[in-house]
Amino acid sequence: MKVAIIKYNAGNIQSVTFALERLGITPVITDNSEEIQQADKVIFPGVGEASSAMKYLKNANLDQVICSLKQPTLGICLGMQLMCKHTEEGNAECLGIFDSTVKLFNKENNLKVPQIGWNTIFNYRSELFKGIKEKEYMYFVHSYYVEKYQETIATTNYGVEYSSAIQKNNFYAVQFHPEKSSEAGQTLLSNFLNI
Amino acid sequence: MLTKRIIPCLDIKDGRTVKGVNFENIRDAGDPVELAIEYAKKGADELVFLDITATNEKRKTLTELVTRIAKHINIPFTVGGGISTVEDVGLLLRSGADKISVNTSAFKDPGLIKRLADQFGSQCIVLAIDTKFENNDWYVYLNGGKVKTEIKAIDWAKQGVAMGAGEILLTSMNNDGTKNGFANDITMLISESVNVPVIASGGAGTMRHFADAFIKGKADAALAASVFHFKEIEIKELKDYLKELNIPIRS
Repeated sequence: MKVAIIKYNAGNIQSVTFALERLGITPVITDNSEEIQQADKVIFPGVGEASSAMKYLKNANLDQVICSLKQPTLGICLGMQLMCKHTEEGNAECLGIFDSTVKLFNKENNLKVPQIGWNTIFNYRSELFKGIKEKEYMYFVHSYYVEKYQETIATTNYGVEYSSAIQKNNFYAVQFHPEKSSEAGQTLLSNFLNI
Repeated sequence: MLTKRIIPCLDIKDGRTVKGVNFENIRDAGDPVELAIEYAKKGADELVFLDITATNEKRKTLTELVTRIAKHINIPFTVGGGISTVEDVGLLLRSGADKISVNTSAFKDPGLIKRLADQFGSQCIVLAIDTKFENNDWYVYLNGGKVKTEIKAIDWAKQGVAMGAGEILLTSMNNDGTKNGFANDITMLISESVNVPVIASGGAGTMRHFADAFIKGKADAALAASVFHFKEIEIKELKDYLKELNIPIRS
């Protein structure tokens, strides 16, 4: 199986690569549109700042490439947020694959932002969570979140109930870091590779 | 619910794990990657690697070590110790580190925190503060506890967060190595004054000390080294104990 990780100006590509290698897959890390389009699976990772990431994607024409993908594609963390319509981070227009907007956690009520650490996910509505127990812990690091709406396939609570995973057709996205979420995270990545 | 984190810390020198008492008396405690794998298996929520190597080879050995760690463990980890440039932070993040901690370099040039946060995001920038209680207040110390400043820890913590630090790693020099418990007063003061997570560090000796760090110190995470290295406290047992006390813990 050929797995492409989209290369752009965001972090955690190395961690995702290592996690796939632990599953026996050697991904290609690429910003070449043909290579991305020809892969069986595409992973769109991301740790970083949204508006500068969007600028980079547009300059590299990767925005068009990502939106036109037909194979199973998994956005992780910032990758998920960039696949939405708009984000409050840097007030950026995003790819618009998902019909949702990205908001900053409300810092009132002593809520610490970013949320850093292990939180539970629940109300699964996708094969992505096959074999993962309800209320499993996943590792989160983020200040912005996607609201709960019809494309939500897993929910998490941090001051507000929000989408910890969303899906639309071949596009999947998770807010947490499966590559850093111990065995449960590995199971999720493995499920994605088996779609 | 977001859980409180238990974080074993590995002090690294020339690629080996070491642990000092009160910032001194360094002794060898094993291979960092082996230890890291063991901690991850036992349920550690995160790891911190603090590199105290001070040679020209530092950058190379640390980068290689970070790559090796990232290959082998599936939980997040932070790397710190003498990191002072945007370039070095970029290199370590690209090698697989999840977060970078800065200490003395950030104090001497607070603009560094902002540059790092702007480039890599606040979520991966940890501000490490070494502090000591004297003359009725907690003051910031630099260079691994060797150099005193006239700045209060609470003021520096607030400033660091305003500049973009995404987390505070607070080590009490009075408590470090004593096994008499964490400095819950200053931990609570800082935790309630900033809106980013605070990691309590220094002084862990018993399981009760961890509970106190979360309950009295309002810490979001608690870090310890020797009690885990020398197996005086087992992580699993500690987590079971904390859960019994209704502290939110991943298990």
